[in-house]
Amino acid sequence: MKYWRKPLDQDHLKTQHYQVDLITDRCKGCGLCIEFCPRHVLAESAEFNRKGYHPIYAVNDDCLNCGLCELMCPEFAIRIVQREGAPARE
Amino acid sequence: MTQEYSAGRYYPGELLREDRMPHIWCPGCGMGSILHGFLNGLHQSGLPLDKVAIVSGIGCAGRVAGYVKLDSFHTTHGRAIPFATGLKLANPELKVIVFSGDGDLVSIGGNHFIHAARRNMDLTVILVNNFTYGMTGGQFGPTTPLDARTATSRYGSYEPTFNVPNLAEASGAVYIARWTALHLRQMEQSFTEALHKKGFSLVEVISPCPTLYGRMNRQPRGLDQMKYYQQNSIIQHGADTRTVGIELNGKITVGKFIDIERPAYTDIKTRVYEKAFAPKPAAPAKTTAEASSK
Repeated sequence: MKYWRKPLDQDHLKTQHYQVDLITDRCKGCGLCIEFCPRHVLAESAEFNRKGYHPIYAVNDDCLNCGLCELMCPEFAIRIVQREGAPARE
Repeated sequence: MTQEYSAGRYYPGELLREDRMPHIWCPGCGMGSILHGFLNGLHQSGLPLDKVAIVSGIGCAGRVAGYVKLDSFHTTHGRAIPFATGLKLANPELKVIVFSGDGDLVSIGGNHFIHAARRNMDLTVILVNNFTYGMTGGQFGPTTPLDARTATSRYGSYEPTFNVPNLAEASGAVYIARWTALHLRQMEQSFTEALHKKGFSLVEVISPCPTLYGRMNRQPRGLDQMKYYQQNSIIQHGADTRTVGIELNGKITVGKFIDIERPAYTDIKTRVYEKAFAPKPAAPAKTTAEASSK
């Protein structure tokens, strides 16, 4: 990210990182999470799942755990989990 | 049951019968999101789960009763509110929630709906409005907007439409809110408020139906309908319910319309019975002074 000046606490503050945990075979490819993710993390993959839909996948590591995709997913297929090695949330 | 948390947030996996997933709702349908919002709202309300019962009727929304790990019953078409009324009268400690669709609650069950609202039965009604009869093939119903094309109105629907919040207000409901399937956090809060409200509380949730309604009306995917809600919803709390009718491709007024207090059915019944069956005051006994003076 570009800043107009260097933040004073940049040395000791770290952004926590999360990743999307998807139950691939439940995804029906409706695309709601792709459209409404505020950080544009998700995209439709070219592969098929067991039901013949194109499931989603994460294209980058920008997830900040807002939880919108988890709440919006009509299939209960998305959970957000903390990425391995990232500091725990207080 | 243990509570599940997902990266610091509550996740309603404990309330969901995950063995029955994937559910039958179409890709792009809003029912799953609404169910998730409802379960979060139920968790936030802090009600004891063994005192909560869900009743649903027939239709796509009626399938909710089978997907939750709560006491639930799937009734016959249109009779969700009568069943819930009986449940509430038999066991007044229960918190009875009616989860059903527009075809079930305001079409075949319309009479039960207005009379439950008139009596102010202590029910929480969640009405999922997708403007059509989804499960039977997309026929037009009492909530289909004028000029909307459906399977049985190929040239546009010609029947005037029910304005559900106005119908409920005129019948006497004490809490009325309307959201679309996109307003997830607001919906959650409304569910919590409705669950704590004593009396007939109604939350109408407008849901996309891409397979049968959207495809006929130039919104072929659930995503298109969600985008339409995003661009055309106006949040207006306390709006006059006469003005919140829905038109085809028009603006949708959402928000909390009514939040009033009115004695609930069980309260009035208790008051009347207490008055009728109260022990009569005993005749005043003669005092010893009166007895000795004679």
